Amino acid sequence: MRNDEFVPDENRPNPDALLAAIHADESKARRGRLKVFFGMCPGVGKTYAMLEAAQRKVKEGVEVVIGVVETHGRAETLAMLEGMPIVPRAKIEHRGAVLEEMDFEAILIWHPRLVIVDELAHTNAPGSRHPKRYQDVLELLDAGIDVYTTLNVQHVESRTDAVRQFTGVIVRETVPDSMLDVADEIELVDLTPERLRQRLSEGKVYLGDRAVAAGENFFREGNLTALREMALRLTAEHVDRSLRAMQPTAKSDPWRSGDRLAVAVSASPHSAELVRWTRRYAASLEAPWIAVAVESPESLGPEDEKRRTANLALARQLGAEVVLTSGAHIGEALLLAAQEHAVTQLVMGKPDGPPWRWLLNRRSPIPWLIQHSGRIDVQLVRTEAKGDRPLVPARDRPQMYFREFGIALGIAAGATIFCQLVQGLIGYWSVALVYLLTVTLAAATLRRGPTLLLAALSALLWNFLFIPPLYTFYISKPHDVMMFAMFFIVAIVIGQLTSRLRERERLEHRREQRANALYQLTRRLAAVTSRDAAVKEVLAQIQKNFGLNAAALLRDDSGAFAGNAHPASTWKLSTKEEGVAAWAFQNKRAAGRDTDTLPDGEGLHLPLIVADRVEGVLGVELGAADSLVPEQRELLEAFASQLAIVAEKERLAHVQRRAQVVAESERLQKTLFDSVSHELKTPIAAIRAALDQPEVNRDEIQRANDRLRRTVDHLLDATRIESGMLKPVIEWCDAGELAREACELTGVGERVQMDIAPDLPPLRADHGLIAQALATLVDNATIYGSASEPALLTVRRNGDLIRFEVADRGAGFTDGTEEKIFEKFFRLPGSPAGGVGLGLSIARHLVEAHRGTLTAENRPAGGARFILQLPIGGELKLPA
Amino acid sequence: MKPTALIIDDEVQIRRLLTVALEGAGYNAREAETGTLGLQAVAHLRPDVILLDLGLPDLDGLTVLKRLREWSATPVVILTVRDDETDKVAALDAGADDYVTKPFSTVELLARLRAAQRRAQPREETSIFRHGDLEVDVVAHIAKRAGDEVKLSATEWALLALLIRHAGRVLTHRQILREVWGPKAEEHRQYLRVYFTHLRKKIESDPAHPKIIRTEPGIGYRLITGD
Repeated sequence: MRNDEFVPDENRPNPDALLAAIHADESKARRGRLKVFFGMCPGVGKTYAMLEAAQRKVKEGVEVVIGVVETHGRAETLAMLEGMPIVPRAKIEHRGAVLEEMDFEAILIWHPRLVIVDELAHTNAPGSRHPKRYQDVLELLDAGIDVYTTLNVQHVESRTDAVRQFTGVIVRETVPDSMLDVADEIELVDLTPERLRQRLSEGKVYLGDRAVAAGENFFREGNLTALREMALRLTAEHVDRSLRAMQPTAKSDPWRSGDRLAVAVSASPHSAELVRWTRRYAASLEAPWIAVAVESPESLGPEDEKRRTANLALARQLGAEVVLTSGAHIGEALLLAAQEHAVTQLVMGKPDGPPWRWLLNRRSPIPWLIQHSGRIDVQLVRTEAKGDRPLVPARDRPQMYFREFGIALGIAAGATIFCQLVQGLIGYWSVALVYLLTVTLAAATLRRGPTLLLAALSALLWNFLFIPPLYTFYISKPHDVMMFAMFFIVAIVIGQLTSRLRERERLEHRREQRANALYQLTRRLAAVTSRDAAVKEVLAQIQKNFGLNAAALLRDDSGAFAGNAHPASTWKLSTKEEGVAAWAFQNKRAAGRDTDTLPDGEGLHLPLIVADRVEGVLGVELGAADSLVPEQRELLEAFASQLAIVAEKERLAHVQRRAQVVAESERLQKTLFDSVSHELKTPIAAIRAALDQPEVNRDEIQRANDRLRRTVDHLLDATRIESGMLKPVIEWCDAGELAREACELTGVGERVQMDIAPDLPPLRADHGLIAQALATLVDNATIYGSASEPALLTVRRNGDLIRFEVADRGAGFTDGTEEKIFEKFFRLPGSPAGGVGLGLSIARHLVEAHRGTLTAENRPAGGARFILQLPIGGELKLPA
Repeated sequence: MKPTALIIDDEVQIRRLLTVALEGAGYNAREAETGTLGLQAVAHLRPDVILLDLGLPDLDGLTVLKRLREWSATPVVILTVRDDETDKVAALDAGADDYVTKPFSTVELLARLRAAQRRAQPREETSIFRHGDLEVDVVAHIAKRAGDEVKLSATEWALLALLIRHAGRVLTHRQILREVWGPKAEEHRQYLRVYFTHLRKKIESDPAHPKIIRTEPGIGYRLITGD
């Protein structure tokens, strides 16, 4: 940030930087260490140096295995392999051919301390887990395995353009710069150009078959010097960075740390170079960077679309955050996005041609941006895209336009015939208006190209067929010349304006659709109450918006990720796709199609990330369908983050509930301890006292015994409910039998009056549990009720419910304790001694497990009554 | 000669109490404090009845029972605690004759022991069961209440006949299901209570207060013998 008020105290370490350093330390503790043997070109002896270092490790007793080494049959290199087991290469079948690749899976399983992986820039055979070897290496590091590898400077992504510029060699196998950032150590294997050329002439450098031709040219002294300088500089940069990382408290430059870059990405082939340049620049500034793509009213052709997608993918791969925005005015849209993301420097490609051309070009966003950028610096970077990737103008898409051009010609012909017919009546000037009308109408449906063709054609046809002298393009009268010129301009302008309006409308419409889709989803998600419903909603919206099947894989309640698709998923994942999804989950990165991990899969898997935690994976089945365009991908990612938020919300709610339960259980534990110790000690003391009397008091012992039994029973029931061991066995029960058994269970049946309606239907319930709940109510009624009047147990049918009522003539409830009595350990003030206050809580739990209700209220004429209602659960049909 | 009763229980207090109660009721009481010792004791003492606690320190009671049943038909009464319904049922299914729940009254315990012993005696095969005003001729398939014939469905007959065959003994839900419905038993589990309600309505003089078929909560049913 460039505002002065944000400049931090100079000596205070930047907390973000500190945090990042701590995180880096933490993750490094778990990760393997990467050492890169870095050289300016093939033949400097990187592999030899690497193996030498590995041999030293072997001597130290470290377990070192060879993942892959290219010895090119050189004896001295072969000799260096001694003492290190070699992992046999995996054979990968691809279209009939068997290709050999490093057996990455085997190394993961072997899990040595250190693995040697030559040629970091190697491209794996199709069908491998990752398309690139460096991705294998990253995963090995993640698995905690140290890796030694080799790399030439020309393979470093951000240097490929420079290499191409001075050597003319196009490098196709590249490694992102971030690999060097990941490296814990970079060892430069250096050789002077003269020495190298000498080695070359001695035939000590293996060039490979393809490289031979290019070799001679490549190894020119000038090239070697430039490459060497580049390698030295990269290594120095790395050393510099490590040094700085080691001094976290060193003064940080507020200007530098506050920088934030944005690069404008378009379908142009220049963009890729621009992206690489920005990455380099951002790395040297240690600044974060974003890539902004503007969707403009002109729709892109499939070629352009593909290239823009590739450019954005490159930016993503190089570590940029990708921002998609849209607007008719590219400059304005860019500036808005840059401001939103607090960008300090905006990087754009410097246009070709003399400055006056683009400065005056109203369609170029650059002059406007330079005028309006305000605090944001605009960097214009010269790029050089050579002929190997020609720019295809968006309008040049004949196959898509043929039909519309045909229609334009047809309209022109139709209008001409009509004009020929009516010319006699209206005169040739009015004919011009007829043509103008057709152009205007056609512009409303045709694209710009055909519209312009129609406009031009109309002008010429009018001239040729109607303006005298007829059948020539010559115009004799000056006012006809004037008329013709005006007609021409008006037709073209109308055609332009109308079609631009339409394009804009179409774009607006598309944007609106996307916004609408997202709005619909968020609105619906706000309405759903459970995660399952949310998953269903998201999957339905994906089906609706993309027409694709999808699968959601989420953590379960305990937070574990089993890798099973949610039952609502519309895409049945194969074992392989499940593997891809699991990879996306573990690595917090998208995997599958359009990514750099398993890109030949059936679909795309996006991790659901909220606040750095993965909640699951959302996969969409692409099958034979095309890849997603950036807009679709963006919408899908928005969907994924919505789902992630819901999943997280649910999980947090779960955690919070658990925390509440813990707090509650702490409170309960104390209450439990107090009340249980009291409840156990009292009857024991009573028994003791009764035994001590000269005449043993049997009644007293009996009472104490009953009280002890009840306490123990309640504690056991509560434990069972709490531990979740309680599983109701649902069967058809007789309500009368339930009531009778409840009275029997309490042992006070004779003090209860029963009133059971005849012909009650059987109900579905766990007989034992409901009898127990009822018994608690009956027990309570006899304890708290009046001694003179027996408790009353009534059983009636109430619609689809069976209603049990246990009523007494006791004191009833005072001030709203009707609900509190169902809480654990709550006891009515002034209750007779005995009981821990668990009975009713257990009873309600049992009833609610049956989807029934248990409530309490005062009887109108005094006393309390408990109402237990259970759903009948359907009509009994006895099997034959 | 005095009948011999073997008590297999690890709690010395319970053993002492039971010994006193059993000696007082005319038994020759012997004790074993672990399952292994208990099995040995059964082999050389040949007791007439066994009291087996389900919670033993070495082998659990159920294992002891299963091993015992491999070679001995001696009546076994299980001692359990209240919340052990599943264990009780498992023990009854495994061949225990009856159970008593701790804390228990000695009177009830002695009655159960006597009943278990009695059932173990070879008794005269009578096809007539009588209880109060109910008279059932199992062989002739005729049930009469107060002289009037009662019409029973096939299922009700099967249930009643089963209960009569094991009169006085508790039958677990599973035992009843297996005996009456055979392999398809599980699907009938949820209807079992309904069948018993129907049966009671036909054979009990006061179905609201059944005297003949008693429900053993959480375990099963028992037919009360007339005597």
